[in-house]
Amino acid sequence: MSEFVSVNVTINGKEYQALVEARTLLSDFLRHDLGLTGTHVGCEHGVCGACTVLLDGEPVRSCLMFAAQVDGHEITTVEGLGTPEKMHPLQEAFQEAHGLQCGFCTPGFLMSLVPFLEENPNPTDEEIREAISGNLCRCTGYYHIIDAVKLAAKKMAAK
Amino acid sequence: MDVRTMTKKYVGQRITRNEDPRLLTGQALFTDDVHLPGMLHAAFLRSDYAHARIKRIDTSKALERPGVVAVYTAADMGDFWKPGPLLVPPPTAVPGAVFHKRTQIPLAKDKVRHMGEPIAVVIAESRYIAEDALEDIEVEFEPLPAVVGLEEALSPDAALVHDDLESNLAAHVIQEKGNYEEAKAKADVILQRRIVVDRGAAAAMENRGVVVNWDDKAQELTVWDTTQAPIPLRNGLAAMLGLSEHQVRVIAPFVGGGFGPKIMMFQPEEVLLPWASMRLKRPIKWIEDRRENFLATTQERGQIHDVEIALTKDGRILGLKDVFIHDTGAYDPYGMTVPLNTQCHAVGAYDIANYYTEVKMVFTNKMIVTPVRGAGRPQGIFVIERMLDLAAKELGLSPIEIRKRNFIPPDKFPYEHNIIDQAFAPLIFDSGNYPAVLEKAAAMINYEYFVKEEQPRLRAEGKHVGIGIVSFIETTGVGPYEGARITVGASGKVNVVTGVGTQGQGHFTSFAQIVADQLGVDVRDVHVVTGDTAQFHWGTGTFASRGAVVAGNAIHAAAVKVRAKILQWGSKLLDVPEEELELADGKVRVADMPEKAISLGELAVIANPLRGTVEPGTEPGLEATDYFGPQYGATANGAHAMILEVDPETMMVEIKKYVAVEDCGTVLNPLILEGQIQGGLSMGLGNAYYEKLEYDNNGQLLNASLMDYLLVRSTDMPKQIELGHEETKSPLNPIGSKGVGEAGAIPVPSLFAQALENALADYNLEITEMPLSPNKLYEMVYKK
Repeated sequence: MSEFVSVNVTINGKEYQALVEARTLLSDFLRHDLGLTGTHVGCEHGVCGACTVLLDGEPVRSCLMFAAQVDGHEITTVEGLGTPEKMHPLQEAFQEAHGLQCGFCTPGFLMSLVPFLEENPNPTDEEIREAISGNLCRCTGYYHIIDAVKLAAKKMAAK
Repeated sequence: MDVRTMTKKYVGQRITRNEDPRLLTGQALFTDDVHLPGMLHAAFLRSDYAHARIKRIDTSKALERPGVVAVYTAADMGDFWKPGPLLVPPPTAVPGAVFHKRTQIPLAKDKVRHMGEPIAVVIAESRYIAEDALEDIEVEFEPLPAVVGLEEALSPDAALVHDDLESNLAAHVIQEKGNYEEAKAKADVILQRRIVVDRGAAAAMENRGVVVNWDDKAQELTVWDTTQAPIPLRNGLAAMLGLSEHQVRVIAPFVGGGFGPKIMMFQPEEVLLPWASMRLKRPIKWIEDRRENFLATTQERGQIHDVEIALTKDGRILGLKDVFIHDTGAYDPYGMTVPLNTQCHAVGAYDIANYYTEVKMVFTNKMIVTPVRGAGRPQGIFVIERMLDLAAKELGLSPIEIRKRNFIPPDKFPYEHNIIDQAFAPLIFDSGNYPAVLEKAAAMINYEYFVKEEQPRLRAEGKHVGIGIVSFIETTGVGPYEGARITVGASGKVNVVTGVGTQGQGHFTSFAQIVADQLGVDVRDVHVVTGDTAQFHWGTGTFASRGAVVAGNAIHAAAVKVRAKILQWGSKLLDVPEEELELADGKVRVADMPEKAISLGELAVIANPLRGTVEPGTEPGLEATDYFGPQYGATANGAHAMILEVDPETMMVEIKKYVAVEDCGTVLNPLILEGQIQGGLSMGLGNAYYEKLEYDNNGQLLNASLMDYLLVRSTDMPKQIELGHEETKSPLNPIGSKGVGEAGAIPVPSLFAQALENALADYNLEITEMPLSPNKLYEMVYKK
């Protein structure tokens, strides 16, 4: 009954070729087939935003897509942003402003915010609130995340 | 800020977190990230009925499906099928207390008692196949009437959740301090109200999960679990499986939020999978999905209170009587922690001489109730704060004035309440300065100015703006104990291991700060391990806002011992008295001659020699283990205030400004503290206006998804927030700390109610229930 589909995809600059069951979710493909476990799954119905990744630079919910749909496309996950030794300015800002607690939702916030800051390098508080309103966080109450985004904007402008 | 260049005093500083780089780059290990060769996947068949008899289960078709390895029902479990242990003993310390123990079972046998209760487990080569196979299982049910309402549960003709009990009464506890009836006889004013608080979900962003691996050759079981209590879980699993504790290793890796339900141990999934892994000799993973999290992760808050308060005409409380029903759901494995907390918090921050509190705990056909951030405290605070607000209106006093007239005065600590708390110890508030905290909150929100100037002006513009201010206390940091072992390594880096689990509270940093100060090392050179029973196997867990208090003080005690060993060695090797030495920059050195020094790494090697002798009566290495158990819990307190505006057409609420003042004793890390308060606030706001689990009359949970159950989003938070602190050190522990993990959530519903009533003063609204919602508020305002 299982139908398999071939997928050629570039993830964080690296090319992958895989044969996946047609119904495999993109989130499961990334996490379990490729071992890119930085992308987290919080609800599997597209509300919490934890599984957000970039598809050709645009944020998408990887739990609402099939792996088969990314054939021929480019994906960026949180592992593509930076490393513990050399973090992206946005990641640095999250640490400095205490923008995370348990850290489970954090990769989704980061991946939503990278394109947001590219489009809007100097956002207001209100714009940041709107930008992250599709990502749920149960720990922080969001204030330190907003602080982190403002700090990141400054850091990125200085570069 | 680079911590290496700042002052080397870490406790009390805004130190950024050691754990963040791994979390931020997707390198931190969460339970669902564990992947083992040959790993199988489990899926659970759960009841769609809240209450039904199971007539027949047929799993044969599921077993035929390719990729299915095993299907188990209760009938397959033999002697391993047992109700779980009681996690908290019954309150026998209270004379006359009644408690009926009925704990959860691994798989339903004869009947199901709540929607989502597991009936069978499928273990297959993939989660996809396991879920497919659930569809193949046939179960024949005989539906029974569901017990849903709390009062209905006690009616003589109610169906029985547990057939062997005479009624649905799970427990009955009466506690009394002074004599309420005598006090009432002297009162000028007596107010009675019914106060209702309904259920919500903890809804951590990470669902529960467990990965188990029975290594048959090594005869060892490893369990990765999203638990708040790895050590008790290990001990319990070893006992159930007939293994020694050393054959079982439980690891709570990074856990994506706890908020209470992850302290609930021996849930069906974490009991069954180790058993199955031992039979199948293969690793197995189960990760809860969000729907399961709504149905089968424990919940909290359902209570109905009939309250009576007796006051003088000056607004002094003479007595309080609170008779309430507490919903424990289908089972009561967590004893009476939640309702006992409610009993201990309904007195609030006030000097109440006469208090009668009676709780009837009932079984219902709903998910089990165990603590969720707040754990019975928000209900107690809601009761007392609401009654004070109503009394203030009756007597023409301001909310601030009536509270000031009733606070426990700062010179009356320790204050004994003569009732028993959740730890079965006498309820004693150790320290505090309640009036100062309230005054600070009033000043920060500019209370007088708002009420006299701003509110009249805004009301004249037709705006429905309101202000609120409340006080609260939080009992925290309860025993029995935690422990820690600290070791200085040959590299000079320091290892700290402790038994508590961590779910985002910043323990890898705040604990490191305590150690870094004692040993004079860089905070980044202190490596903290939590939640791995192979590293440290004494302790209880992270709950009741106790991590920083109990584990923090155990770590402090162990660090003091290591420091003493370093000084002893330093004195011997540098040939100077200990008093002339200091620990700084990772060295022990002579204070006046800093070049005369030995690094801690060198010292660690010298203290653990390969040849020669270790002096009799000494121990090798720079290592120490110590424990801390408080005499009783430290009680934190605070005051919150807010200004909000309501749109009377849509009942949408915008919180313009929020003020939170906390007194949690010594602050370890203000940055982390702020995060705890702000996060607690978001959950409290959910409890007030967004989050309610909607069970229908059949016990069906109607909103079991994040589309239907609304968590607070960034756009729902107050537009402006200010935090303030007062510091009354707890005399109960050397650090002087009190817990704060739950504090942010506790006062919010009572505050929200007061501010809403104030904003909608024209409508003469009286709020005696939580959670509300825009719809609910609309009905309350316009149906009159």
